[in-house]
Amino acid sequence: MAKVLMKGNEAIALAAIKGGVDAFYGYPITPQNEVPEYLSKHLLDAGKVFLQAESEVSAINMVYGAAGAGKRVMTSSSSPGIALKQEGLSYLTAAELPCLVVSVMRGGPGLGSIQPSQGDYYQATRGGGNGDYHLIVFAPESIQETIDIIKESFDIADYYRNPVMVLVDGLIGQMMESVDFDRPVKERFLPEKNWATTGTRNHPGRRNVANSLYLDPQALENHNIHLHEKYKIVKKNETRYELINFDNPEYVIVAYGTMARIARSAIEMLKKDGIEVGMIRPISLFPYPELAFDQIPESTKGILTCELSMGQMLDDVLIANNGRKKVGFFGRAGGMLPDPEEIVAAIKNFDERVVK
Amino acid sequence: MWETKYEKSSGLTDKKLSYCPGCTHGIIHKLVAEVLVELDILDRAIAIASVGCSVFSYDFFNCDAEQSPHGRACALATGAKRVLPENIVFTYQGDGDLASIGIAETIHAANRGENITVIFINNAIYGMTGGQMAPTSLLGQKTTTSQDGRDQAHHGNPIHISEMFATIEGVAYLERVAAYDPKHVIAAKKAIKKAFQYQMENKGFTMVEVVATCPVNWGLKPVDAMKWSKTAMEPVYPLGVFKDKGAK
Repeated sequence: MAKVLMKGNEAIALAAIKGGVDAFYGYPITPQNEVPEYLSKHLLDAGKVFLQAESEVSAINMVYGAAGAGKRVMTSSSSPGIALKQEGLSYLTAAELPCLVVSVMRGGPGLGSIQPSQGDYYQATRGGGNGDYHLIVFAPESIQETIDIIKESFDIADYYRNPVMVLVDGLIGQMMESVDFDRPVKERFLPEKNWATTGTRNHPGRRNVANSLYLDPQALENHNIHLHEKYKIVKKNETRYELINFDNPEYVIVAYGTMARIARSAIEMLKKDGIEVGMIRPISLFPYPELAFDQIPESTKGILTCELSMGQMLDDVLIANNGRKKVGFFGRAGGMLPDPEEIVAAIKNFDERVVK
Repeated sequence: MWETKYEKSSGLTDKKLSYCPGCTHGIIHKLVAEVLVELDILDRAIAIASVGCSVFSYDFFNCDAEQSPHGRACALATGAKRVLPENIVFTYQGDGDLASIGIAETIHAANRGENITVIFINNAIYGMTGGQMAPTSLLGQKTTTSQDGRDQAHHGNPIHISEMFATIEGVAYLERVAAYDPKHVIAAKKAIKKAFQYQMENKGFTMVEVVATCPVNWGLKPVDAMKWSKTAMEPVYPLGVFKDKGAK
């Protein structure tokens, strides 16, 4: 397929189809509505399942039911809607069921706005569900990268038996770019889903149960340890990041998603002013690319974390930096997008930005 | 010579039931299990366990199962049934799970005419958590959170699930039964069987509400609990078929 011009949300939907999605369950919310709208037509036409649920709570639990049955299943939503899905995400991770959750962030807290934001970094990486668990979270910066990750995400979810969240913002959802849907996906060995609740006639002699209840404390601790060991493997295998202009930078920006796109322009502008600034662009937010920070040169003066929030990924930057460099912060929130000049000014006045 | 006159249904596992003496969950489990075996659908059944006393039902029904978050059983059932339409999917839910926290999921599954079966156990109280007021608790009923008795002005009236669901077009079969004596247990089994048969025939949403007991949290001996189920609950929750799309 040649390159096509496509809107981000529709590209998310088509990429999911290319990734082999069997079923979509969701609930309308701006700015992600084109995802279910596209799938409502094309999934049903392909003989697959699309269902608009009565709420986000119900949608994520429909995902649970279908994921337990062994199918490739997804939902998409935006900030307040993702909040309502947290209960289900905790259960899905606990029962070790794979699924894809697309989160198209808007401004918050509360009803907030419908403009792009990165205010849900905590929600994605820390979660609002109960218990010790993690989603595997990827944060692409372009529609093309979103497509590539979504196509792969069902494999990743199946491989680790864990929900994968693709975290974008309303800008990526609403903008259009020229994209290619046929880029190759990494081959993975995926074991048969012999745990799926498909009826005992499909696996005689064994009952399959999707469950998260362990009343015996020792049994639950064993389960917690098992999940923790799995997350360590995820960290080893799935950590992703990009280093940009990393040849002896005076400062290093850390930014993901849309903010990384804006920072790229700022880095070019700073280059013209004779200031070399590099960037760590985390692509996986969990696992967080802490290793990337070991590659910051001795001579670099400081790290500027840039986010479309009041500072959430900043916590992970401080952990990864571990006191080695000065860390500063620049953020816009509420749906406001900065011009690259604002980042240029933040670098030029770095000392005023230092938080630690 | 020994002749087997009665044995435990192969629709149940050998796991020891976790229910209190005199509780009707055991009886209803048996009925569901026998129906699954008699209709020869056990090996394609998926049980959706809910949260409450029946939370462990995923360990009791001898088929595949998914354990649901509180109230979400009909959402799980919808998700599973839509991707596995050839399977038999049923939920087993109490009144707190279905009539309170899960009423939205249940109403909309019914309204979509999801081809699933709901076994709804109404014992007018929260059993698992220790006897709190349920939406189905009777007026005047004393519970740990309505210690002077349920007050209509403060708590509202007992919610009538079957009467409410009878108004929903997607419901194919709906009956309220009881389990306080053998005659009613036999009738309950017939209703449960019909509900599963309708699911096999893709007729739509089916639900059987069982007027049940909770002797421990009602503060009654098992026999007295059976009596209270008949004398106090049944007048508020009259038995009968509320909807039957297959009726001539």
